[in-house]
Amino acid sequence: MSIEIKKITDYIWEVPKTGDMVVPGKIFADEEIIGNLLKDYEAKKGGGFTPALEQVTNVARLPGIEKASMAMADIHPGYGFAIGGVGAFDLEKGVISVAGVGFDINCGVRVLKTPLEKKDVEGKKVEIANQLFRDVPSGVGSTGDLRLREDEIDELLRRGSAYVIEKGFGLPEDLEYTEENGAVPDARPENVSHRAKERQFKQVGTLGSGNHYVEVQWVEEVYDPEAAEAYGIHKDQILIAIHCGSRALGHQIGTDYLKILEEASRKYGIPIRERELVCAPVKSKEGERYFTAVNCGINCAFANRQTITHLVRGAVTRIFDIRPEEIKLIYDVAHNTCKIETHTIDGVTKKVLIHRKGATRAFGPGREEVPTRYRKVGQPLLVGGTMGTASYILRGTEKGMEECFGSAVHGAGRAMSRMQAKRRWRGTELMKELEGKGIIIRSRSKSGVAEEAPLAYKDVHKVVDIMHKAGVNHKVAMMRPLACVKG
Amino acid sequence: MPYSYIEHLADIGIHAEGATLEEAFESGAEAVFNIMFDLATINTTEDVTFGVDAADLQLLFVEAINETLSIQDIHGFAFKRLETKEVKKMDDLYRFIGTAYGEPLDLEKHTVKTEVKAATYSGLSYKKADDGNHVFECILDV
Repeated sequence: MSIEIKKITDYIWEVPKTGDMVVPGKIFADEEIIGNLLKDYEAKKGGGFTPALEQVTNVARLPGIEKASMAMADIHPGYGFAIGGVGAFDLEKGVISVAGVGFDINCGVRVLKTPLEKKDVEGKKVEIANQLFRDVPSGVGSTGDLRLREDEIDELLRRGSAYVIEKGFGLPEDLEYTEENGAVPDARPENVSHRAKERQFKQVGTLGSGNHYVEVQWVEEVYDPEAAEAYGIHKDQILIAIHCGSRALGHQIGTDYLKILEEASRKYGIPIRERELVCAPVKSKEGERYFTAVNCGINCAFANRQTITHLVRGAVTRIFDIRPEEIKLIYDVAHNTCKIETHTIDGVTKKVLIHRKGATRAFGPGREEVPTRYRKVGQPLLVGGTMGTASYILRGTEKGMEECFGSAVHGAGRAMSRMQAKRRWRGTELMKELEGKGIIIRSRSKSGVAEEAPLAYKDVHKVVDIMHKAGVNHKVAMMRPLACVKG
Repeated sequence: MPYSYIEHLADIGIHAEGATLEEAFESGAEAVFNIMFDLATINTTEDVTFGVDAADLQLLFVEAINETLSIQDIHGFAFKRLETKEVKKMDDLYRFIGTAYGEPLDLEKHTVKTEVKAATYSGLSYKKADDGNHVFECILDV
């Protein structure tokens, strides 16, 4: 078993189409990342879990895939799809896959801007960290203040952010600055199990655990003044990032449909290389049911981040003398989704179903989906870093629309397993070390903090630079953390 | 308990063994509970009995684990262990019945660690080892 990788440019690489691959693989990376991917591929020859490169070629074999099976620069092994994976499928001949979305449907990042400056917050870092930790439910088994009945959950699944804003969790203008205005159409709660809804009754407005967080950041550097002005951000400004997803409802939709699509794969005779890659034709009964259930999961996650936004506004205004409406959304992006989008492929403009697994939508200038205020510069992309390093705001570009269906990295991507990280660091020591660097961490789980150690991730600056130099995402600003509540 | 963890860059893999199939399911569930909680802080004052079915043994293993995750969320429980009542083949389906033991989750009392979103089909395998033990492996999404 060997694999050929062709260098197209310094930052774009191709896995040529061989055997039963329908399309080639296309990876945004530099020499070092490609080297590591190849090393991992070679190491797995004797067995073990599927390496990321093989996951890229497995997706390239699925029926109806368009152009290329792609991976962004934060690529690492996932389950079925690689994390950082993007796969677009023809609506007639293509398939829909649970692994292309993942279990945390519409896990995403929302960034809020405040009228506060770094100097206003420096002396109150501990207070704001404690207040956020008190006000935003986080960690395993946490429950929120908003308790919903099943008919109310159905409304939330159909209407997403707008539903919780009507309940008092946010401002109507928040919708304009949320991808899809906080709700995708064609969400059908009847295709979501009672079990999934039951798991969500108490979880709206909770952060969850793992790599989810609420983080207070300051803008250290602005690279693109025109875009920064459009997004309303400037040097030294305080921003607040929220990273979480659809909680247990999304996990249960994934679990339920994994089983349904497993049966569908056999029924429709879809060739599957890795069992997790089970799928159904987009145009099948099973495929349509899954798609409309995912849409519910997407809306649930938008509503969840919206509810947390309200809690964050409450926490910040308790500590600082500002009004909730002065804390505004820059944007909210999803990074575990499948969506129907219009793209131009080989000169033909058509609708395709795009899976983004650990990848963000990144539409360039002029697209009507981008808020009017940002349309000239392109959509903001919110790239979550680690609690010790940095996060970025990028923008979508025209080249990104041509090269990768308007997609972007979603974070740094892991470089070390959670077990390795726990062997190397202890949560309490790491928290002390970060505090020494001026970053206050609050979390219910000390071992969770160790798993998320900054050095367990790739260098976010490097990952972002690859996308910037490839021309598909463009750097706007870089932020450093001051305080972080980890799930 | 005969279980161990397998390195995986993004998530975590479990390796669960048992002298019998029944025990292998129990090991797998405990491997998962141990990721979520410090098990020493949980008492077994409550129990929930459930059943799941699937097309083969591997899928049944994933189903059983995912069912314990759902029940924990819905009832607000922290589970410590699983006891298998029955694993059997019925016509073209495999059926698992088991009882999970634990208590209502109490954030003051229980040490929580990392949430497990789901057991996946990725890296999923079942085999009988040379020593006759039943072995399941799979990757969890955490």
